[in-house]
Amino acid sequence: MGTYSLFVLGIGVALKRYMKTSADFFLAGRSIPAWVCGLAFISANLGAQEVIGMGASGAKYGISTSHFYWIGAIPAMVFVGIFMMPFYYGSRARSVPEYLRLRFDEKTRGLNAISFATMTIFSSGISMYAMAKLIQTLHILDAPLRALGLPLSASFHCNVVLSAVVVLIYIVLGGLVSAIYNEVLQFFLIVAGFLPLVFLGLKDVGGWSGIKAQLPSAYTHSWQGMGSAHTNLLGVEWFSLVMGLGFVLSFGYWCTDFLVVQRAMAADSMSAARRTPLIAALPKMVFPFLVILPGLIAVTLPIPQADLTRAGVAGTARSEVFAAGRGLIPPKINETTGLPVLDANGDAVLDYDLAIPNMLVHYFPTGMLGLGLTALLASFMSGMAGNVTAFNTVWTYDIYQAYLHRNASDRHYLWMGRMATVFGIALSVAAAYAATRFNNIMDFLQLVFAFVNAPLFATFLLGMFWKRTTGHAAFAGLLSGTAAAAIHQGLTLPAGATAGIKGGWLAVVHIYPSEMAQNFSTAIWAWSMCFLVTILVSLITKPRKETELTGLVYSLTKHPSEGHLAWHRRPAVLGVIVLALALLLNIIFW
Amino acid sequence: MGLDIRLPIGLLFSVLGLLLSGFGVFSDRAIYQRSLGLNVNLAWGIVLLVFGLIMVVFGNRRSENQHNSADGTGRSAGGQQ
Repeated sequence: MGTYSLFVLGIGVALKRYMKTSADFFLAGRSIPAWVCGLAFISANLGAQEVIGMGASGAKYGISTSHFYWIGAIPAMVFVGIFMMPFYYGSRARSVPEYLRLRFDEKTRGLNAISFATMTIFSSGISMYAMAKLIQTLHILDAPLRALGLPLSASFHCNVVLSAVVVLIYIVLGGLVSAIYNEVLQFFLIVAGFLPLVFLGLKDVGGWSGIKAQLPSAYTHSWQGMGSAHTNLLGVEWFSLVMGLGFVLSFGYWCTDFLVVQRAMAADSMSAARRTPLIAALPKMVFPFLVILPGLIAVTLPIPQADLTRAGVAGTARSEVFAAGRGLIPPKINETTGLPVLDANGDAVLDYDLAIPNMLVHYFPTGMLGLGLTALLASFMSGMAGNVTAFNTVWTYDIYQAYLHRNASDRHYLWMGRMATVFGIALSVAAAYAATRFNNIMDFLQLVFAFVNAPLFATFLLGMFWKRTTGHAAFAGLLSGTAAAAIHQGLTLPAGATAGIKGGWLAVVHIYPSEMAQNFSTAIWAWSMCFLVTILVSLITKPRKETELTGLVYSLTKHPSEGHLAWHRRPAVLGVIVLALALLLNIIFW
Repeated sequence: MGLDIRLPIGLLFSVLGLLLSGFGVFSDRAIYQRSLGLNVNLAWGIVLLVFGLIMVVFGNRRSENQHNSADGTGRSAGGQQ
């Protein structure tokens, strides 16, 4: 871990001398080759919540979790690369909110910039919180803390401060390039840490056929039983899966979130920018095998001898507690009583988030264990760094330069970017501590962000492909979409929940079979409302002159010619290959 | 950007590979019970080392290309990934 931290800081120092203008700092000087951007593109999304969360879902829902990749990411990544990147990269925009200003108007940009900036701060804070919590649970820092004579409770604070300082140093020094380079490093680390884990796990349980033999078939099929929400583990049916996850949520994230789009905008040419998401889609497709399989293996294994696993059960009656778990997954422990938490039926609630950490501890000896934990740590840090770099760019270009201090020198904005990094991280630390105190507030904020994000893709779709769309319409569409999301959530409830943060705070008119089904429907409603309102308002407001929209709208933009490129560098060819492979995977794991 | 990403990746993985395989050679066999009797430290350490060295070699070749290219832009025809 020490070696890794030194390398991370070293990259920042080595890159500092290249940071001469704000464009170097925020856009990486548009000089990064496509494969590097591609790996950074998925790494920025691959925070540890993603790794831990997908492992947890793998244990809970089985191979159906792969829908989040094969349906919920790949098609959107192909779409952004082939159809949308020409407008992001080709227009003069330096960020996604800035594209909105060029295409629509100042208010649409302001709305997007402010909600996006707030969101990045909270996600990076939550990521920091999750990392510190996990390290505390695994007792990684206990030995050094004892040596220093500090109480074990200091572990949480040490983690928050150390990770904040490391990320701060390398971003302040090297800007976006530094973040991208570290993301690529982290990508390889994750693969290096998880590949042997999957290998050992599969060998132990007798391969895929061994898993199939020991688990109910719902765990090993991704589409079977999708006809009805009651015959599969996710609790959703195929329509809301494909429309809600595959279309609204996934396109909304991969096509409009500046956190990922920023990586592609750093590419060294238009065709490299378009290839970025397509190159990223290839490893993204295989990631389920690295992160979901360990979760599945964890539930396939028999409940281990208590002394093998240490996570989550410190200081409790171990063997009894473990008996309530499933495979390597321990039950959730009530911190005051030390007993497993029970649900309404009297069954233990399982702590699925410990699936991956417990797998690491179960299979890796000293040595490899260090590598595995470093990989996990690296993914936390780069998740944080991704948010921080997106924040400092949007803050500086779309909020500071747009509303607070116009026409300053480039040197001033470079300075501001570094300052934004410092206070962005300081705010994330504050958010991490807020998360320890007010868990409900965090849930509430995440809900609000979900409402704000759900309609976004409708605005971009209309903006890019229908020249008639107007600024007033975009703004009205976004607001009404967000309102529709909030109202839908307020009127419905997932089965088994009580009215409150889970929904139903207006009145309960419909019960969904699962929380996921409710979320997908909320997204579909928000998107449709935004789509409709934007069209209607566009028709009654005055459109902009066509000459102003060149390079911003599909029908008014000259399409880049790629006849001169070799076949493997043409975005359209790559896109078709990627989609065919994704289809193949869906069929294999049907 | 001036620094080829493959150099730091190569160096990091070479160092990690050396540390891991070195530890694998001198460690007690008993700790490999949990990894199904396989000395994963040694085996995976070697894999990482090889990967690291390949990255270093490619990273170096690219920067030599850059130095040799007359126009100094560093984007010689062979410098594509």
